[in-house]
Amino acid sequence: MKTLRSAKCGETVTVQKLGGEGALKRRIMDMGITKGTSIYVRKVAPLGDPVEITIRGYELSIRKNEAENILVD
Amino acid sequence: MAIKIALAGNPNCGKTTMFNDLTGSSQYVGNWPGVTVEKKEGRLRTHKDVVVTDLPGIYSLSPYTLEEVVTRNYILDEHPDVVIDLVDGSNIERNLYLTTQLTEMGLPVIIALNMIDIVQKNGDKIDVEKLSQALGCEVIETSAIKGTGSRQVAERAVQMALTGVKTHPGHTFSKPVEEALSGIESLIDGTVPQERLRWYSIKLFERDEKVLEKLELDADGKKRLEEIVSGLEAELDDDSESIITGERYQFIGKLVSQCVRKRQSGLTTSDKIDRVVTNRWLALPIFAAVMYIVYFVSVSWLGTIVTDWTNDTLFAETIQPAVGGWLEAVGAAGWLQGLIVDGIIGGVGAVLGFVPQMFILFFFLSILEDCGYMARVAFIMDRIFRKFGLSGKSFIPMLISSGCGVPGIMATRTIENEKDRRMTIMTTTFIPCGAKLPIIALIAGAVFPNITWMAPATYFFGIFMVVISGIILKKTKMFAGDPSPFVMELPQYHFPAPKGVLLHMWERGKAFIIKAGTVIFVACGIIWFLQSFGFGPEGLYMVEDENASLLAAIGGVIAPVFLPLGFGNWQAAVASVSGLVAKENVVGTFGVLFGLGEVGEDDPALLSMVPTLFATSASALAFMVFNLTCAPCFAAIGAIRREMMSAKWTWFAIGYMTVMAYVMGFIINQLGGFLFYGVSFGIGQVLALICVAALLWGLLRSYNPNKTARKPAVAGAHA
Repeated sequence: MKTLRSAKCGETVTVQKLGGEGALKRRIMDMGITKGTSIYVRKVAPLGDPVEITIRGYELSIRKNEAENILVD
Repeated sequence: MAIKIALAGNPNCGKTTMFNDLTGSSQYVGNWPGVTVEKKEGRLRTHKDVVVTDLPGIYSLSPYTLEEVVTRNYILDEHPDVVIDLVDGSNIERNLYLTTQLTEMGLPVIIALNMIDIVQKNGDKIDVEKLSQALGCEVIETSAIKGTGSRQVAERAVQMALTGVKTHPGHTFSKPVEEALSGIESLIDGTVPQERLRWYSIKLFERDEKVLEKLELDADGKKRLEEIVSGLEAELDDDSESIITGERYQFIGKLVSQCVRKRQSGLTTSDKIDRVVTNRWLALPIFAAVMYIVYFVSVSWLGTIVTDWTNDTLFAETIQPAVGGWLEAVGAAGWLQGLIVDGIIGGVGAVLGFVPQMFILFFFLSILEDCGYMARVAFIMDRIFRKFGLSGKSFIPMLISSGCGVPGIMATRTIENEKDRRMTIMTTTFIPCGAKLPIIALIAGAVFPNITWMAPATYFFGIFMVVISGIILKKTKMFAGDPSPFVMELPQYHFPAPKGVLLHMWERGKAFIIKAGTVIFVACGIIWFLQSFGFGPEGLYMVEDENASLLAAIGGVIAPVFLPLGFGNWQAAVASVSGLVAKENVVGTFGVLFGLGEVGEDDPALLSMVPTLFATSASALAFMVFNLTCAPCFAAIGAIRREMMSAKWTWFAIGYMTVMAYVMGFIINQLGGFLFYGVSFGIGQVLALICVAALLWGLLRSYNPNKTARKPAVAGAHA
């Protein structure tokens, strides 16, 4: 299964499962990234990391290594 | 009895705007004991017996971040009578997530559906009636920025406090989760207040360590709790925290689809702005241009005009002579005149002279922060900063520090991770501030007149110091750890509210005047005294020759410390120490000591005298480097103390900076003197090489905080 990291700019994906644990996982979920949520990958920062996504109607920035914990279809 | 109302909500949802609107001008800023989180308290404008508390902005009530723990402890332990939950209507899904947690806490909750003006402008519709029913609490539409609805929410909150009816959450979890929760409820029934039974059982289900500790379940209780939780985890194939969070969002998702009608629209204005501002190619040039404009106006152009006016006209030509004349007229003693006119007015005035400049800078920075651009700067710069252990959020304080370290240190408040925040505080004043410019100009002009890149090089040296400090500190036990996550909201751009910007600017500027003023006031008095008096056979007397002053005596004691750096004379030692009051003092002290009176850094007489103090040009360079990177001025030390909220950390920060400065100065003087100025190789050079080796070791060593934890695993593999 692919992760959010490998999703391309302009792509819309759906969250399948969350990896990781503890504070980071909770933070990701608290921000609204939960199973079944759709994520639109908006843009990549000028230096290639982090990425900006749209989720639940707002914009969120997330680093690529953090995005690796988010499995999407 | 006073009624307590707490304002809770996500960051950036307009809490402080509403707080200011509700409390008017009678607010004060207070700190919680022992934590770095700021809480504001004020009294309701319409009911003076009602206390309103502005809690830190949070996304959740998880046990992982300081602000969240502080907020939930406040709600649990301080027993506010009502919680006003601010919900940003334009970002309703994520905001309601916190609502589902607040309504479980067993106290009256009222929702202020804020930013309703933006919702209407976007053409969206929210069914308030339905929302209120589903959530189990009253919902009132507000727009804090326009001042609509706030009063009404406050009135309702006061009424609710008087009746004291607790809110019952409108949401429930799925059947298996509810079964597990009632199992946990029966475990702890009677040990917690009845109205909080549900909240505690949910937290126990989530394996919240803070709550587990607090409730002190016995071994049997723990075992049964674990059975319930892990049983359901196995059944649903997920961990308990994820189950709860997922179900909350499911409930909200369904609710929002029923209550909110979004007008399908293309790009909003905010989207269009963002497209340009964080564009892959334009982002960095735009950022550079914005910063150039801010510093050009506030430091070089408009700032210099007002600072020169306050320093030269207001203080030097108006206040100082006027007060001096008056003191003479009333026949005050000579020493008193000297203390007040030269010491206090001269010293404090030199600092207050920078206030107008700071106000202009604060004004711009408030606009930048308020409009939503700062978050984007952190987004753009994160990649670079992560390379040496800091997050993108550390960039903002460093940028501000190039103007002045005090607001720079204060700007670290936006960094949530405490380790990162401390590290940023410790390194941010390595960037040369405006007050260090005279030192750079003096040394570069007097000692290296032919090297034109010397001045810009000092900025690169500052950045170099930040970078190596980041790398070295991150490899110590104190700062090691994963880089703080960068899961950060990028808020919508909006036009800054003039009132908010001015208030923000004033609050920051005022704090600087008061706190810096008090510290500097005392310091100036002391330094003036030491500079003016000596201790002779007949006791204390006012000296003519400064070589006989107490300051010279003290300087003579300190001077040997600087001998290895090449400036072991009392003048240079005193200049360095006086730089603690304000870095401009370094140049001013030279002027006084050489008997030149008021001098500028480009005074030719001063330029010719300064090199005589140093053994070689390398020593002069060491002097400059030491003064640029050692402990910052008192005002900045005061700011470090306030932000660290710990004397231990303050001393550590100052100690670190000073040791680094000393080591750098030592290396430059010893090795520079040997390589370029014919100093023979000796013990100093050997020690300097050892210092270089130690720095390289600090930079290059591999550090793994889990090393000890991994060993048993290796041993296990062998067996």
